[in-house]
Amino acid sequence: MTVALDIILSILLVVGGLFGLIGSYGLIRLKDRMQRLHAPTKASTVGLGTALLVSMFHGLMIGTGFSWQEVLVMIFIFVTAPITANYLAKVHLHSRHYDGQTPQTGVSTDWATFDQTPEDAEPQLPSRDS
Amino acid sequence: MITYALAFALVCFSLGLILNLWRLVIGPTVADRVLALDTMVVNVIAIIVLYGIQTGLGINFEAAMLFAMTGFVGTVAFCKYLLRGSVIE
Repeated sequence: MTVALDIILSILLVVGGLFGLIGSYGLIRLKDRMQRLHAPTKASTVGLGTALLVSMFHGLMIGTGFSWQEVLVMIFIFVTAPITANYLAKVHLHSRHYDGQTPQTGVSTDWATFDQTPEDAEPQLPSRDS
Repeated sequence: MITYALAFALVCFSLGLILNLWRLVIGPTVADRVLALDTMVVNVIAIIVLYGIQTGLGINFEAAMLFAMTGFVGTVAFCKYLLRGSVIE
């Protein structure tokens, strides 16, 4: 049991470390700024996910028991990683729009993040009948 | 065997941290630097967790959680500032 867990956790660690390194190498290697957004998401899901999994199951091997606290970090990372990626993609899209290099959408409407709804300077209260 | 795997993973994440620092220095746009900082936070969390396994202390979990929260809030604040010119409207 302990030997099997040792082997499984070692394989997980090697895979996670390689994914983390490849994700950071892709950040250097890829040419376009939209492409560069792709590589670090692998480092944050597979790389960090395997490290947290190993940390959870390591207690079973040394006898201190399964630890649940890493699940919190995992949930937090997995929930917030797409939000930051979405915000960064929006920043890229807006800076390209400013430079006049936005790619075509292929449909009649423009990118949804450029939809501007005109706002009033002061919010209008609904009129009340006397 | 897990000792060597831990050392290998620590070396991998540390090399990744150096590569992120390189992107942070040469990044042509501000958004590239924000992305490099975000990836640095992820790598640092992984290093903290692996160091916690290596030393056997259970206290490293709180540090990892704090890094995750401040990294997320920092990245969103940077992006919000770049998009709108102010963080809280």
